[in-house]
Amino acid sequence: MEQDKLREWENKCIQEEPPECTAACPIHVDARLFAKEMGRGDFEAAYKVLARNMPFPGILGRICDHPCELRCKRGEVEAPIAIGLLERRCVESAAGKLRMQLLPRREQKIAVVGAGFAGLTTAWDLLKKGFQVTVFDRSERLGRSLWDIPESLLPREVIREELSVLETLKAEIRLGESLDGAGFEEICREFDAIFVDREVAGPDFALGVDGNGEIAVDAATGATGREGVYAGGGTGRCGAWSPVTEALHGRKGALSIERFIQKAQMGAGRENEGPFATRLFTNIAGIDPLPRVVPGDAGAGYTDDEAREEASRCIQCECMECVKVCLFLERYEGYPKKYARQVFNNERVIFGAAHTKNQFVNSCSGCGLCETVCPNDFHMGDLCHEARRTMNEQRLMPASFHEFALKDMAHSGGERFALCRHEPGKNESAWLYFPSCQLCATSPAEVLSSYRYLKERLSGGVGVMLGCCGAPAYWAGRDDLFRETIGSLRLEWERLGRPRVITACATCRSLFMEHLPEMESVSIWKVLEETGLPRSTCGSSGATVAVADPCITRHDRETRESVRRIAGMLGITIDELSLSGEKPECCGFGGLMYNANPKLAADVISHRVQASQTAVPAKPFSPPGGWYRTRRQEGTDTAYYRTEVKEHDYLAYCAMCRDNLAAAGKRASHLIELIFPAVEGGDPAGRGWISWSERRANRGRVRDVILRELGEKGAGNVAEHENITLSMTDDVRRRVDERRILEDDIKKVIHHAERNGKRLKNVQTGQYRAFHQQENVTFWVDYTPEANGFTVHNAYCHRMKIVGVMG
Amino acid sequence: MSGPEEAKEWSCAACGGALEIVKVGFTYMKGNFEVDLPACRGCGLVLVSEELATGKMADAERILEDK
Ligand code: SF4
Ligand code: SF4
Ligand code: SF4
Ligand SMILES: [Zn+2]
Repeated sequence: MEQDKLREWENKCIQEEPPECTAACPIHVDARLFAKEMGRGDFEAAYKVLARNMPFPGILGRICDHPCELRCKRGEVEAPIAIGLLERRCVESAAGKLRMQLLPRREQKIAVVGAGFAGLTTAWDLLKKGFQVTVFDRSERLGRSLWDIPESLLPREVIREELSVLETLKAEIRLGESLDGAGFEEICREFDAIFVDREVAGPDFALGVDGNGEIAVDAATGATGREGVYAGGGTGRCGAWSPVTEALHGRKGALSIERFIQKAQMGAGRENEGPFATRLFTNIAGIDPLPRVVPGDAGAGYTDDEAREEASRCIQCECMECVKVCLFLERYEGYPKKYARQVFNNERVIFGAAHTKNQFVNSCSGCGLCETVCPNDFHMGDLCHEARRTMNEQRLMPASFHEFALKDMAHSGGERFALCRHEPGKNESAWLYFPSCQLCATSPAEVLSSYRYLKERLSGGVGVMLGCCGAPAYWAGRDDLFRETIGSLRLEWERLGRPRVITACATCRSLFMEHLPEMESVSIWKVLEETGLPRSTCGSSGATVAVADPCITRHDRETRESVRRIAGMLGITIDELSLSGEKPECCGFGGLMYNANPKLAADVISHRVQASQTAVPAKPFSPPGGWYRTRRQEGTDTAYYRTEVKEHDYLAYCAMCRDNLAAAGKRASHLIELIFPAVEGGDPAGRGWISWSERRANRGRVRDVILRELGEKGAGNVAEHENITLSMTDDVRRRVDERRILEDDIKKVIHHAERNGKRLKNVQTGQYRAFHQQENVTFWVDYTPEANGFTVHNAYCHRMKIVGVMG
Repeated sequence: MSGPEEAKEWSCAACGGALEIVKVGFTYMKGNFEVDLPACRGCGLVLVSEELATGKMADAERILEDK
């Protein structure tokens, strides 16, 4: 990933943008964090949050005119958070003394002419920056309009106390000055830069004025027409006096003066000074209304308890839309903007240093749900896919992440499955059936019946192509392998005369459409809608099912609708899942998640299947904003990712979805099983799980039957170890399969051990234990020889290679 | 790790001898390791238990893959 690409990705995710309250606040107080601390009852911490941005927090906290509230997201639910009242309570009770002991460390001398709130803010900011500041006023005290505020709200001693900070910071205070035109000129001569508070400005200052007779200033910088002189404040003279706007003007002036002194770019990077529009998105759907807390004694403001309660209404605005619906994103404790940077860094570490994001990058299913729910269409799958390609290019991809899947793909492309022929007895093909490696693996009989049916109903010849579309290579970021795979599919397709391709797997079709656009394809469902369904369909008429759309059909409405119409033709009623249509999740197969992160894939699928036992909330995906982060910080359960589950059988139309749902214990069938039932009146949804070994055997079966119909013989290369017969209990079969150990692997181990006698013997049970390294994996098998084969008690494997007994 | 108890459970079927704890070398992702494991010194047959393979060894593999 290049630096600018990273910027582009980062810019897409707006999770770190400020909330509305902060963006609306002229001085950008972090009201979200402030409300959080208040809600927790930690008023000291809340005070510190205010003090980060507020000049004289004891004053401004009491009197701020809180424009933030107008834009507070809670306001869209019922009423905004009472940020103003909360600030008041905070500064009243925290009574935090500002300990500021900075001394002037710059030699430039700045004059602040006029001690209104704007001028005072300028002085405050410049003192903190280390300038030598002198404050002038005609009056005998600092503060101007502050003294007009009712004492009950702003006690006199608070004004005195807060303003005394200026003296602590060694400002020079010159009160009772005449400040006429001549006095002002003298100040201009004596000081390096000047800020004029318009509340105090005299008519005889030699500065240009605007239509209202006020000193004219540049809105962005506060610059007057005179070099080195800046002005602001005086909001009360042509409208309502706004303390926080005064503070903004003062702050602008201070920044401009600093830049003027440093001869820095005056206007650079100041777009977001003052209120600005934020890009943060916060979903307020499903947030329950909570009435705004009304103070018991209106004049006195909130009590501590009232303040705590009011502050807890804050939503803690944030986006996290994608994280809420993706277990993968949730599991790694961040969000896409953060992940983009981590992935970027992962690619950059010097060889040998930790690449801590390798597994992360390979765990995303690429399902695209994030893009669908993101306000900015951030597709984490694309980012991860790119990163995988880079890892392969840099030769840093650990083989283990994809090896099992790529070997399965090699099986599909090899002599035990791959095949491409015209229909028996014909030498041309108007159509070419591509049933897919995974559907043949799980529903061989149905694939064969469907092929028979297509041959019956379509004219011009229906050829067949068995093979893999290359999806595993594509997902693994193995462009070389992927191109090679589709390249040879393309050649075969051309050899058959460029027939129209009928696909039974949505993944194959989508890859064909994208990477072989010249190859026209149509889904089998669409074809069956036109030909009509065969008469003998499964006895599922009258049943109600929930359709489990595969993630790959997210943007393929045509297929989704076609499938639903066929279900209708079968007399099936559909009860839709909330995450169907454009929002399906992945079954864990996509992106090879099941290979790179089996634990996560298992969690993803069991989530979709078992959430019913853990109580499904009425609105599955509407935790309030901030819920996630708050929980995470508190270290409590963040599993709000709860998917909706229906009691009905699931109807899948992707082979891997069907198999994964079934393996996780859900009754699920594949549409093809309902249209072309292998057993009349059977119960396809009750078929259960299927092992990877059976899947391979099934592919071989499809191939053999087709070859037999063509009058050809299959390639008959049977290796010696394949003649071994194994027997295993269901438990062992399942465990071994979950470890991705094939029966073929086991046979090789036994064959090897029995031939050379290299095996261990259990002294109690008499069982043998043997191991054999096959390429990158070492397999171990516990077994007992029987009269006609071997009983397998257990098998396990590891990838570390045994070098042997040392020295 | 596979310890002395495990060594006693198994014998080498090739020579009939008992297993003893010896240093066994492993390699993975450019790293080399030595672990004390039961093995038949004479035949070189080693014993990696299921617990070791699916536990510590699997964890170590994961860590090395993220390097
Ligand atoms: S709900 Fe809280 S975080 Fe959101 S805008 Fe209002 S105060 Fe700010
Ligand atoms: S698994 Fe799907 S939703 Fe999650 S990050 Fe990957 S593509 Fe996005
Ligand atoms: S949905 Fe996710 S990627 Fe998109 S802005 Fe929100 S947090 Fe970022
Ligand atoms: Zn031995």
